[in-house]
Amino acid sequence: MSESAADRVFRIEGLTARVGAIDILHGVDLEVRPGEVHAVMGPNGSGKSTLSHVLMGRPGYEVTGGSVTLDGVDLLALPTWQRARAGLFLALQHPTEVPGVSLESVVAEAARAAGRPTEGIHDLLVAEATRIGFDERFVSRPMNVDLSGGEKKRNEMLMLGALEPKYAVLDEIDSGLDVDALAAVSRRVQEATEEDGLGVLAITHFSRLLEVLEPDRVHVLAAGRIQAVGGTELAQRLEVEGYAGVLAEAGASVGLPVGVTHPDNHEAGFGEDPFADPTA
Amino acid sequence: MDRLRGTALNAFSANVSTGLPGPDWLAALRRSTLEGLDDVERPDADEEVWRYSRVGEIDLDGYAPLKRQRAADTVVQRDLSAYGEMAAVVVVRNGWVVETTSSSDAVDAGVYVGPVGEAPDGESLFGAAIEAPVDLFSHLNQGFGPEPVAVVVPDGVCLQAPIVVVVLTDADGAAVFPRVLVRCGDDAAATVVELHTSTDVDSLVVPVLEATVGRNGHLRHGLVQELGPRVFQLGHQAFRVGQSGRIDAFAAALGGDYARTRTDCRLVGRGAEGRLAAAYFGEADQTLDFRTFQDHAAPDTRSELLFKGALDGASRSIYTGLIRVRPEAVRTVANQTNRNVKLSPEAWAESVPNLEIETDDVVCSHASTVSPVDEDQRFFLESRGVPTVTAERLLLEGFFEDVAATAPHPAVAETLREALADRLDRRDANSGEAVVEMGATA
Repeated sequence: MSESAADRVFRIEGLTARVGAIDILHGVDLEVRPGEVHAVMGPNGSGKSTLSHVLMGRPGYEVTGGSVTLDGVDLLALPTWQRARAGLFLALQHPTEVPGVSLESVVAEAARAAGRPTEGIHDLLVAEATRIGFDERFVSRPMNVDLSGGEKKRNEMLMLGALEPKYAVLDEIDSGLDVDALAAVSRRVQEATEEDGLGVLAITHFSRLLEVLEPDRVHVLAAGRIQAVGGTELAQRLEVEGYAGVLAEAGASVGLPVGVTHPDNHEAGFGEDPFADPTA
Repeated sequence: MDRLRGTALNAFSANVSTGLPGPDWLAALRRSTLEGLDDVERPDADEEVWRYSRVGEIDLDGYAPLKRQRAADTVVQRDLSAYGEMAAVVVVRNGWVVETTSSSDAVDAGVYVGPVGEAPDGESLFGAAIEAPVDLFSHLNQGFGPEPVAVVVPDGVCLQAPIVVVVLTDADGAAVFPRVLVRCGDDAAATVVELHTSTDVDSLVVPVLEATVGRNGHLRHGLVQELGPRVFQLGHQAFRVGQSGRIDAFAAALGGDYARTRTDCRLVGRGAEGRLAAAYFGEADQTLDFRTFQDHAAPDTRSELLFKGALDGASRSIYTGLIRVRPEAVRTVANQTNRNVKLSPEAWAESVPNLEIETDDVVCSHASTVSPVDEDQRFFLESRGVPTVTAERLLLEGFFEDVAATAPHPAVAETLREALADRLDRRDANSGEAVVEMGATA
């Protein structure tokens, strides 16, 4: 099946989701095209991690409305492993430790399931490790067991490089990384966008990552919705002014309806406590 | 029904015992064992050590001890090529030694492997690891075991090549009493692997192992249990370790309808060390039952126990373990870990750790878990594009990996991995059928 460049897009439309009985996402709209880097920023409890987990279909996260398509494929209809096979990659904020299972065996099984050859995977992973300044022994060690936060994130990048997804959601990939590791990880992501046309949705708390990753668009997620969209200058302002300040202003400038209320508290005005943790 | 049936032992007459081969001391030992049988307590599931067991399903009137060895008309086929060069091979069939081969290196070093009746000072091997048989079944083994195997590694002898003991049961309706007696001398080192198998018979197998490790000795022991699906096994292993000696014991419990193994590890010399590991995998209606005793009776002793199991179908496992630290065993380090993965809602695992500490200045820990496959780990692998079934396979193989790494010989670890793969294949096949059925009714 051939697809024109115009068809190639990772599209989130009106996505609503809940965790248990609590509604977290209240209608998220986003589009990422190949080679683009989009940042999603937002305060604690804004729904950033929920968004990443919902996209990958993590158990316990329930979609209640909206759609997610990857180059025209309805992702929400697929089990997690087929979403990955369709070309989505989720780099976790807290990569899971998997005793007794090597990174290499996981990548090999993923390749086998996708009908790709499995020989040469070791060499590919070693090359990927070298590329991000990582010791190749991590390829055959039990996945993430006894690794530092930074090493786990580099493991995520190893897999990102080897699995060659079309779109990657990076959930707080910058947390726990020192400056050198951050630079190595960001460079690898950037190379993937430039060389392979990887579309990136980088979810982050801080603008530190974005200084190296240079996003095309910055989206501010708060109270389960994208509340503001802009360029890198938006991220810089968030760093200086904080979310409350920027959002109050952005709310006006991007034309949020007057009198919009907190989704979980219709009594509260937007200015009173707009970004309280809905799960609190 | 919680009590053993057939405890009048009608099928276990003294005539059978007296007809068994062996020297006078062995005949005398059997005789005295049988004389005391009436006083031996009958197993009852009300007792802690028999709690959750299926001893109430056993009717001893249904099993006959074998009178004499049937003609060794068939050679026992067993591919042992994975063990490479071996110091010795013994094949025990229905309790009788049918084949013994020792390498010339082993013979030259004074190693003895063969029937205990011909072993140097064989009599001293009985009761060397434990004072008396621990239960009725062990008593019956001592009274009716036709030809116990002795493995004697003299002081100072270090064997690189393994000693392999094949224990085969192919007699139907029989009560089978294999026994292995190991002495690993002072400053000696040896690897002994027992491979317990059976054909598809309805029999009662009661294996006993007694093993002693001398000063600075190091014994590596492996037990691979692949009995047929109708066999009831009630086994006992006893290890006794002297000063600065070490036992590494590994067990893979895979077969049997009901397969129970009690393991006693007694550390009697200063600085003795005992490492016990087991992997088990239950399918269908199997019950796998483990009772362990880490007994510290000397200062500066250390024991580490790691038992891990997976339970599929409607299978069950029981683990009860006791760490006992006696008053003289100061500066003991003892750890006990039992982890169980439930692969189906019908599976059931019981895990009961216990501590009995009679001195201060010890470091003891125990941990036990019973849980399904870890959802976060499965999601993580799925998110990389690994199908659900494959993800669970990887996780289960990974789950057993640290136990497999303790196997006394690469061939033992390989057998465990193959057995695991077979069971996971069957599991995948079953889950495939389930999906088809659901699709058909939808």
